[in-house]
Amino acid sequence: MSRKPYIREMSKTNWFFSQPRYTRYMAREVTCIFILAYTILLIFALKNLADGPEAYAGFLEALNSPLGILFNLAALVGAVYHSTSWFNVTPQAMPIQRGEEFVPGSIIVGAHYGGWALISLIVLFLGV
Amino acid sequence: MTVAKSNKPIVWGPFAAGGTITAFVTPVLVLLTLFAAMGFVPSLLTYENLHAFAANWLGKLVIFGIILLSLWHAAHRLRVTLHDFGIRADTWVAIAVYFIASLGTIATLFYLLRIS
Repeated sequence: MSRKPYIREMSKTNWFFSQPRYTRYMAREVTCIFILAYTILLIFALKNLADGPEAYAGFLEALNSPLGILFNLAALVGAVYHSTSWFNVTPQAMPIQRGEEFVPGSIIVGAHYGGWALISLIVLFLGV
Repeated sequence: MTVAKSNKPIVWGPFAAGGTITAFVTPVLVLLTLFAAMGFVPSLLTYENLHAFAANWLGKLVIFGIILLSLWHAAHRLRVTLHDFGIRADTWVAIAVYFIASLGTIATLFYLLRIS
């Protein structure tokens, strides 16, 4: 044990404001709260769907409120930030090798964005 | 030589699969419920259509897959994020977040089976 141990001067609770890079990391991680809250809303919708037409109508009525709009807007921001941050790191998370060369990251990221756009358009086309 | 056993692969699989599925589908789903919140209910979210979708076994599988993977993705990331916010009681955090995910999974299964 050294007499003068090195202690990093870093807060345990707000270290992520010390560098923009850390803040972006934390913003990416915090999207899970939006995903979790929204998934709980989906389960709640499913419960009301199972309970019957009156219960489901009540759910839609409760959703149709300023709070419902605010919740969905917040979830939209969180979900879109999750998607972009998730797709942007796919070349690091899932490098693809073709022969000697690695497939350029821009192609992997671009393919994910393309798939995202396609899935979103199909769901909108069939669902609206 | 003994290899240290880790439960990481078990939670990492759903985390990665869930992160990918939510990245692809959650934004557009939120858009649909946002429309409903604004008073314009998309045709998929009317009682008749959503009930018909959930009554079908393939529809059940889609709904269950999306909810299950989103839940376990969010639960695992929340565990790590709470550590980053300075909460060091990892065992209790893990129990809490995985308990929420388990409860959500069972509830989803239960509600889906009631729709026929």
